[in-house]
Amino acid sequence: MSKFERKSGKNSPAISTASLPDIIFMLLFFFMTVTVMRTAEVKVAIQTPNATELTKLEQKSLVNFIYVGRPYERYQSEFGTAPRMQLGEKFADLGDISFFLEEHRLKLPENQKDKIITSMKIDSDITMGIVSDIKDELRKAGQLKVNYSAKRRVD
Amino acid sequence: MARKSSRDRLNNEINAGSMADIAFLLLLFFLVTTTIAEDKGVLVLLPPWSDEKPQDVKIHQRNVFSVLVNANNQLLVRGEEMDIDKLKETAKEFIINPNRREDMSESPQRAVISLKNDRGTKYGRYLEVYNELKAAYSELRNDRSQQKFGKFFDDLTQDQRKIVIDEIPLILSEAEATSFGEESK
Repeated sequence: MSKFERKSGKNSPAISTASLPDIIFMLLFFFMTVTVMRTAEVKVAIQTPNATELTKLEQKSLVNFIYVGRPYERYQSEFGTAPRMQLGEKFADLGDISFFLEEHRLKLPENQKDKIITSMKIDSDITMGIVSDIKDELRKAGQLKVNYSAKRRVD
Repeated sequence: MARKSSRDRLNNEINAGSMADIAFLLLLFFLVTTTIAEDKGVLVLLPPWSDEKPQDVKIHQRNVFSVLVNANNQLLVRGEEMDIDKLKETAKEFIINPNRREDMSESPQRAVISLKNDRGTKYGRYLEVYNELKAAYSELRNDRSQQKFGKFFDDLTQDQRKIVIDEIPLILSEAEATSFGEESK
């Protein structure tokens, strides 16, 4: 009994905030490491499908992105509502794919060129027609490693 | 006396109280700009393009597991309509053929999956089917590596993986899409 009373009798000292910077720094480093700076503004609505057999894309420099979806409302007056493909920052046509891939290849050293992966971020409500066309273009350009971007499905 | 007091001042520690504020500032910046890397997906290897017509390879009918997805997202597996929930199990049974049935693959090495879709098939559906077929193979490989090495497929060494993959190779051929239900442009 007396033990507890003695403690409560004293004024509790202020909590030391000396370790606060350390905690914040820890969080800071966490976010610094997981951060990926947005490279391109996506102009099409994309809701990627769910899947279970997923592979992580490890090396960012070896990945290029193709976005396919319906343009957002603010672009619809210019580009219509039909599914469109976006390469980098802008809307593109099928013929632009090979140039886009070549541009990425030029940035990489020789020994990494065959490790390039194209990540296809495609809206799950899009029909396969445009996807098949893109696949054919990729095959023609010799870009065979493709990753269909998807979210993890929880069963 | 004066000297002593100035040395005292030098020995004073730098006030670290504002350190937290600076750290917070940086933290908030990264919090705002962050998009946690969620770049995952189904990895596929496309076949190389060739302008020549592919030569006809005779494959025994029993070794072909044909999957058709039509423009209404319905599945036709080996001539019968099927629910996607059953696709994985059916594919697994076909590849391994545990009961040595006459109408299923002779061996996993000979089994060929043939996937065909329409241009009007929803991409989500297509990937779902692809995912199920891939899942069937990865489950079979997992079973095999458990039997052989007592480990999951992902934990195997490169050489061990190769052995398992050689035993159960994923042979998936995608035919050119039909165009019955193409969305009008």
